[in-house]
Formats: sequence, C-alpha cells, structure tokens
Amino acid sequence: MKQKILDLILQVSDEFNEQLENKIAIEKGLDAPVYGREGVLDSLGLVSFIIAVEQLVGDEFQVTVTLADEKALSQQNSPFRTIGSLADYIEQLIEDGTAKSG
Amino acid sequence: MDKSITLITGTRKGIGKFLVEHYVKQGHIVVGCSRSAIDWSMDGYDHHIVDVADEAAVIKLFAAIKSKYGFVTNLINNAGIASMNHVVLTPFSTAQKILNTNVLGTFLFCREGAKLMQRNHFGRIINFSTIAVPLHLEGESIYAASKAAVASLTQILAQELSGFGITVNAIGPTPLQTDLIRAVPVDKIQKLLARQAISRFGEFRDVSNVIDFFLRPESDFVTGQLIYLGGIS
Repeated sequence: MKQKILDLILQVSDEFNEQLENKIAIEKGLDAPVYGREGVLDSLGLVSFIIAVEQLVGDEFQVTVTLADEKALSQQNSPFRTIGSLADYIEQLIEDGTAKSG
Repeated sequence: MDKSITLITGTRKGIGKFLVEHYVKQGHIVVGCSRSAIDWSMDGYDHHIVDVADEAAVIKLFAAIKSKYGFVTNLINNAGIASMNHVVLTPFSTAQKILNTNVLGTFLFCREGAKLMQRNHFGRIINFSTIAVPLHLEGESIYAASKAAVASLTQILAQELSGFGITVNAIGPTPLQTDLIRAVPVDKIQKLLARQAISRFGEFRDVSNVIDFFLRPESDFVTGQLIYLGGIS
C-alpha cells in the first residue's frame, strides 16, 4: 500500500512541477521537501496539493480521506514536510480507519 | 467547460425550486438536494436527498457530482431554516438546528465545492444571508446570528479562495412570500417592509437577478460582496 501511496504523491508532484518555478525535488525520493522551512510550496500551493492527493488517494483506495485535520496541522513534525512523511501519514490514516470508506 | 454545472441546496420548494427552473431554462445542468424527496422532476435536473449538515452525506454528494460531471461551476447555498421566536422562548435544540443547517451546511458545501472548483480554476459560490442581520430584527436572534455567520464566511472565503479563481458572494433577501415567514404576524411583516427603501415583498426574480449578476463570467472582479434587496444597507 505504501508504494501505491508514494506513486500517487509522486504523480501529484509531477503535475505540480509543471507549474512550479521552484520544483519539488522528486529525485530526493522520500526526503523531497514539500512544505515548511525547506519546502517549495506556499500555503495556497499546499492547499491545492492536499486536495489533489486527497482525491487521488480517495479514488484509489475508495475512502474519504481528510488530510488537513487539526491533528495534522498541530503536529510538531508536520506530515506535509516531505513526500515520505506525507506517505507515512496517509498510510496511518487508512490503517487507523480514520479514512472512511465511501 | 461548455456547460455550467450548477449545484443548488434546498430545492424541494420555494426559492430553491424556482432557482432550479431558472437555471435549467438557461441551459445549465442543475444538481440539487433536499432533506426529503421531491414530488416533481425536470429534464436537466438531478436531485439528491441530503441533509446539508451531514458531512458524510455531503461528501458523498460531491463524489457523485465528480464522477458524473467531473466538476461544478456554480454553487448556490440556498438551504436554510428559520425560527422566529423571542430568545426566552427559543429551545436550545432549535438554535442548534438553525446553526447546523445555515452555518455548518453552508460551510460544508463551500469547502467541498471549492475542492471541486479549484480543479478548473473557476467557480462561483453564492450564499444566503438576510436583511434581518443589519436590521437587528427582534424575534430573529438565532436566525440572524446564523446569517451573520454566513456573511462572515462569505467575506473570508472570498479571500481564501480568490487564488483558485473562485468568487464568493452573498445575497440578503427581504421577506419573500415563502414558508419561512408563514408564522410571522402580518403587522410585524408590514412594519418590516416599511423599513425598506422600497416597501414591498421581495419576489423570486429579485433574488435570481442578483444571483445572475454574481454568476456572470464578467463578474470575476466581484467577490466578498453582500447585496441586500429592497434598499437595505
């Protein structure tokens, strides 16, 4: 499942990179910064990125997943830091059943 | 995007039903919802049974729109409930219902609508406030408070969503002759109409006229605005 989630995040990253001046460094793999001190997305970019990932993950796993809940936004180590941390976070949401079927 | 997909909430009767007919006539594909089933149907209209304050049901509705049409152009948050009563006589459960439908329902549809609209970098959201807010109408404390919240939502979402090509505006109707004011005494209504610059009941066409303006592609420089009918400001 983790690999599939990663593929989806990379797919969104590729799409975003077509528009971005400072691109998400996909070649860094799991460590590629997304948002935060070293990230390349601004806050509006992050919103679009989250929506796109939510939709792809939702379609792929037939779940409704809300990535930007209070928990995620208040975590000291934001799950939106890198591609790897985001993939871990989504996997955890799906395994915990936090993502609802539907 | 050759055809407008227009989502309207609260379409079982009254202004919601009128707006369905109005936008179907203009060639839009109209999707609507209400808490209970409707006893009418129309070509070009797709009805769903959804309580606007039920998050899971709202998400499901948007998933259905996404898979059938791929996007949504216009969202008209018409669903609303009112209860005219003195604060001392207003049950807590009534206050909760009003806030759930009017505020949280509008919030949920704006949130899910914005997610779909940003894919096309275009969208128009219309919310419903009321003249009861600026007029501080007695007997409408929780209703007016809920609609003041809708006005705030509108103004702030206009800021947050402008980067996605989405405009968010609101209309503040005067009393219309709908179920919403059925229980209000005639003398109260007459007094209220007398406070308007133009002292008559609002008509459905007065509402659709303002919405038509907000929806126009040329209105892409108009957002965060609240237009009151009847000369209230």
